[in-house]
Amino acid sequence: MTYMKKPLVKHPDLPKNELGLTRRDYEGLVSTLCAGCGHDSISAAIIEACFELDLPAHRLAKLSGIGCSSKTPTYFLNRSHGFNSVHGRMPSIATGANLANRDLIYLGVSGDGDTASIGLGQFCHAMRRRINMAYIVENNGTYGLTKGQFSATNDKVSKSKKGEANLFEAFDLCTLAIQLGAGFVGRSFSGDKGQLVPLIKAALRYNGFAFLDIISPCVTFNDHDASTKSYGHVRTHNETMGRLDFVPKMQEITAQYDEGETVSVPMHDGSLMRLHKLDDEYDPRDADSALATLRKRYERGQVVTGLLYIDEDEADLHALLNTTQEPLNAVSMDKLCPGNAVLQKINKSFR
Amino acid sequence: MSSSDVTVKPRGMRPTDITDPDYFHKVVDCQWACPAHTPVPEYIRLIAQRRYTDAYMLNWESNVFPGILGRTCDRPCEPACRRGRLEEKPVAICRLKRVAADYRDDVSGLLPRIPRKKNGKRIALIGAGPASLTVARDLMPLGYKCVLFEKDPRGGGLMRTNIPPFRLPEKVLDEEIGYILDMGVETRFGEEITSLNALLEDEFDAVFVGTGAPRGKDLNIPGRDDADASIHIGIDWLTSIAFEHTTKIGKRVVVIGGGNTAMDCCRSALRLGGKDVRVTVRSPRGDMKASDWEIEDAEREGIPIFDNHQPKEFVVENGKLKGIKFARVEAVYADDGKRSLVPTGEEVVFECDDVLMAIGQDNAFPWIERDIGIDFNEWDMPTVDNTTMMSTRPGVFFGGDAAWGPENIIWAVAHGHQAAISIDLYCHGRDLNTDRPLAGASLASQKMGIHEWAYDNDYSEDTRFDVPHQDHKITLKDLKAEVELGFDDELAYLEAERCLNCDVQTVFVRDLCIECDACVDICPVDCINFTANGEEDDLRGRLRVPARNEAQDIYVSDVLKTGRIMAKDEDLCLHCGLCAERCPTGAWDMQKFTYVERQANPAGQPNCMAYVK
Repeated sequence: MTYMKKPLVKHPDLPKNELGLTRRDYEGLVSTLCAGCGHDSISAAIIEACFELDLPAHRLAKLSGIGCSSKTPTYFLNRSHGFNSVHGRMPSIATGANLANRDLIYLGVSGDGDTASIGLGQFCHAMRRRINMAYIVENNGTYGLTKGQFSATNDKVSKSKKGEANLFEAFDLCTLAIQLGAGFVGRSFSGDKGQLVPLIKAALRYNGFAFLDIISPCVTFNDHDASTKSYGHVRTHNETMGRLDFVPKMQEITAQYDEGETVSVPMHDGSLMRLHKLDDEYDPRDADSALATLRKRYERGQVVTGLLYIDEDEADLHALLNTTQEPLNAVSMDKLCPGNAVLQKINKSFR
Repeated sequence: MSSSDVTVKPRGMRPTDITDPDYFHKVVDCQWACPAHTPVPEYIRLIAQRRYTDAYMLNWESNVFPGILGRTCDRPCEPACRRGRLEEKPVAICRLKRVAADYRDDVSGLLPRIPRKKNGKRIALIGAGPASLTVARDLMPLGYKCVLFEKDPRGGGLMRTNIPPFRLPEKVLDEEIGYILDMGVETRFGEEITSLNALLEDEFDAVFVGTGAPRGKDLNIPGRDDADASIHIGIDWLTSIAFEHTTKIGKRVVVIGGGNTAMDCCRSALRLGGKDVRVTVRSPRGDMKASDWEIEDAEREGIPIFDNHQPKEFVVENGKLKGIKFARVEAVYADDGKRSLVPTGEEVVFECDDVLMAIGQDNAFPWIERDIGIDFNEWDMPTVDNTTMMSTRPGVFFGGDAAWGPENIIWAVAHGHQAAISIDLYCHGRDLNTDRPLAGASLASQKMGIHEWAYDNDYSEDTRFDVPHQDHKITLKDLKAEVELGFDDELAYLEAERCLNCDVQTVFVRDLCIECDACVDICPVDCINFTANGEEDDLRGRLRVPARNEAQDIYVSDVLKTGRIMAKDEDLCLHCGLCAERCPTGAWDMQKFTYVERQANPAGQPNCMAYVK
């Protein structure tokens, strides 16, 4: 952590987005996490993604639970809405907020403890209900805030810093997400902003539940040679399934690829995801293929990253429930309370 | 082409060699720009700690005249200051130097001791200006006998004769010249050298010529001779004020010229009885040679500046100056940037009682015989080696304005240091080039704890503070009343805090880096990058913020584990140390760079000829 405030002075040539803002305008307070924490790189990637999307910060709500990861919303977008919930209960808050105001963009930031242990049930139901949100897990395989116990995502082969063996198999959160109804599932690495930023942009723009499992090394407790969530291990075992370009609405497609297959996936809001696949065997639009690939590669000890699964039918909870198009705070009084005559009519229909 | 023809070239930039003293020295823009390489950030930190005497001595070692320069320096450091690229205005380096001088304690005990036993070498110094005085200061502690010849009754050269006392009080001048003369310099004031040849016949081991550029330019236009009584050459007029030969001037005064001398002339005229004092200059305002702050000071005193006015004729009636006729001109710039002043056809007469001519200075060496082995070039200037300061006659050295024409005090000091090194080598029969001492440098970590640094790394958001001025009611009546009051202790602290500590360097150790990006994310000015290597142009264009300022280097590491390199644009680095604080492995460290300038008597090595490698 740092005692001094990050100076507000910035590079005079810093690029500006459509709103006339620089990436510095999307920052938060200086992080109090350990120096070198992967979470800080993810915060920086979120800042970059929101800057590049020209997002007005006040149209976004940051939601989190408890843990190192859940502290991070303080460190980015300090002009956005925020809610730091009870441990593992962020999905409930997100569900309620999303139902009340469907116009905001919801960004959930959680960790492997908050999501895969205490909050696993909540997490599963949020996916099943297809809440329209981007849900990021900053996954370091360890309970950093309580000094380095194994978390439920720590691979069985991955020992503790002191050499203690792990008895249990790990949850694969991406597998779980595909099975339970998340429409957008990706995995990335905090140390690869080139891959991470477009994934975050697409996840924020996806209409439905977009899940990102981001391996984020814990420099203090889980960045040693016997760990599978260390900077070194992820760098040497990273298998990228595809490179993603996020093309916002109205923008010309400029990226050129020489080889392999490129899949274009149009999105709900008019933007386009262009996925350049590096593995011909699998199709991210096919859940079975994605699940098989994940399992196969995991057995080989590989860390599969990239956009893993995409459901092009971007259905969310509002569509399933056929709710009103307006956020509740904008629904007029006469619509919200149509009067006794209408109530009598409804009551009558149940008789 | 066979494969043996292919030379394998490393792709992209080579890793930066930070052991080269020049690399980090260049990052300390102010020090690099200072001809005497004064360690600016170091003395500014001392001022912030209210260690004024230490700040003064650090200055004194480099630039010999901190009190004088703190009021009069041409400040090459300030346009170079990194702060001026981040926001509009640089740190007020010059006026902070004055603070060190104003608030210092007695420094006599800190000055070098002069050996009673001399080394048997005798040096003649001609002209008692800053160049000669610097040579004396560097050589006296080494045991030399220095004999100082000066045509004026007192020492200081143009610092005394051309800088008016409302900018530089006599006391300040006397003190700092006194430190040198009191080392036991033999002074021959009032003794003008009229023949170098005659002097060379005397038994001197070396001669240093520091006679400045003493001849003010004249303007030969109609009426010049008839109006002679009312036309004064600026620098001669200022000299006659300094020695109190001139005490008044007419009510209406026109100053011709747009340099600093013109500014000193007009402001002096205002104090000697001038009521309507105006400055005229041929060029457009933007091309004026005077420093911006000197123009501002003149204007603040109500002196108007008429630009684009080319003098045509001195209007004389009944043998008396009536005024000056000017042609209005317009600057036209050719494609090659060459300027010509084209008359607009309009003419104007400024009526006046006196004219002060400040249109430049020339060198003049009527006293140097042309057959004694000193070559003169086509402009009648001596041929001087720009490293050794020696002329074509061994043992005769030049420095200050006498070497290459008018510069300023800080350049004269720098020349003096180099000449002193050469004289010392020459007197010991050593080679002036190959035996020349090398500049040295050291790096020292500033880390004291996880968030504790040995320097104040927090960034001050203050903009530049103005130096308080004395009331015009007082200064315009009294030639000797100093206009600038200097920063007080509190303002000095606040201004000192604006300094970015550019000498505290970001040192990167490739082998410790785990490429976690923490430094990239925290850097307030986006200067750190991890990217693929490339040729410099390509790499500069690919950085997070493209590095457009090519005068500033890119710090490049060797290849990292991912095959990338670290590339840092030095241009706008705040030296705040956040990269080092956020680095989990200590791959970044903040290290203080100390540059050891070449001097005949290097700092910390009193009374001996020790060279620092």
